[in-house]
Amino acid sequence: MIEINNVSKQYGTFHVLTDCSTKVAKGEVVVVCGPSGSGKSTLIKTINGLEPINKGDIRVNGTSVCSPKTNLSQLRSKVGMVFQNFELFPHLSIIENLTIAQIKVLGRKRNEAGDKGRKYLDRVGLKDQAAKYPAQLSGGQQQRAAIARALCMDPICMLFDEPTSALDPEMVNEVLDVMVQLAREGTTMMCVTHEMGFARKVADRVIFMDAGRIIEDTSKAEFFGNIEGRTDRAKQFLSRILQH
Amino acid sequence: MTAIDLLSDITNSLPALAAGMVTSLKITAIAVVFGIVWGAILAVMRLSSFKPFALFAQGYVMLLRSIPLIMVLLWFFLMVPQLIQNLFGVSPRTDIRLVSAMVAFSLFEAAYYSEIIRAGIQAVSRGQLSAANALGMPYLMAMRLIVLPQALRATVPALLTQGIVLFQDTSLVYVIGLADFFRSAKNIADRDGNTVEMILFAGSVYLVISLLASAGVQFLQRGGRYVKVG
Repeated sequence: MIEINNVSKQYGTFHVLTDCSTKVAKGEVVVVCGPSGSGKSTLIKTINGLEPINKGDIRVNGTSVCSPKTNLSQLRSKVGMVFQNFELFPHLSIIENLTIAQIKVLGRKRNEAGDKGRKYLDRVGLKDQAAKYPAQLSGGQQQRAAIARALCMDPICMLFDEPTSALDPEMVNEVLDVMVQLAREGTTMMCVTHEMGFARKVADRVIFMDAGRIIEDTSKAEFFGNIEGRTDRAKQFLSRILQH
Repeated sequence: MTAIDLLSDITNSLPALAAGMVTSLKITAIAVVFGIVWGAILAVMRLSSFKPFALFAQGYVMLLRSIPLIMVLLWFFLMVPQLIQNLFGVSPRTDIRLVSAMVAFSLFEAAYYSEIIRAGIQAVSRGQLSAANALGMPYLMAMRLIVLPQALRATVPALLTQGIVLFQDTSLVYVIGLADFFRSAKNIADRDGNTVEMILFAGSVYLVISLLASAGVQFLQRGGRYVKVG
């Protein structure tokens, strides 16, 4: 589904990503973790071309993201993305947030888009919030609405960029619950997160990054079960975040 | 000349003064609407990564902001009425001075509006554009549906304030002999021989309208959160 081949990116002389390669198969849930500044967010944003790359190639469903011939907008409409800061559109109501791209990008009819929007709002538990504006919702509700907005496009895979990092601790779980449900339904997901509980629950594989490189890319069982077998950097990271 | 005389001069000329005010407001309204539309296009061009667009917008804004408005007006009136007539297909009977004033003000104000709107666009978080792109919206669609509405909304007070300045500036159509409010007042003054009083009167009308409009903008600003614009 997603193939990342030898991707490198640099700003001037600073290497953000160095020779990163990995794959995400259909139905697979991959969690990307690592310290701040390790390039995780940049890597996930290269998948739908929000971050251009200098070297290598990325394919989504066989289509190259980097080729100038690719209709990037069309490709992006099939790849759902959820951002750290929600990025709901503040001038539109929740239901308009969910329907605008369906109508303007996919060319769906207004009522068809509305039905779909309400269906997904119901699924993330926000049925009664359709007419409200983003600023009237809590952070957790906004992020669930943002997930519903992405799902409305019938994406072939979902990308999550630290979806719970900007949330109050008590709202983290309501968002994770939605993500767990998606994962269990077989949604292909790539997820940058520090939520190791989520990784343990639903991840198939865990990728660990440091300083722009993928230094671990293993099954969940191996990553959490065989701590001794990890690289020193991953051990250090895990010991720090699993202590409590 | 007593105050009563002046008052009766004014009342007698009320239809002419009112017609003049309508002309002033017409020019203002047209220039605000087209100035904002053209200004928004210029702002998007200025921020475009396509260099020729950015350079054109930058040059346009620099040029028009470096020329006195009165010269733009005269230049338009003297040199391009024919062009306007052909371009907009206006009938030869229309007052070409009015059309040329409207076009000149629109083009001139667009330079100022574009700078205000550009600041507004830059104030919208970059994540909004990313989110719109991620949903499959191409750059221009994302600008039109997501970024510009937010940018315009944030800059409504500044845009309206610029509109008030513009309203005062419309009195410059005096130089092309167009009978706006100020010119009408001056014509009446020349006829009745009370120039000082009439100009003071005209000035106070501009003052009152501008003060009222400013108060309106402040009211909007205070309640801005609840007002849905754009």
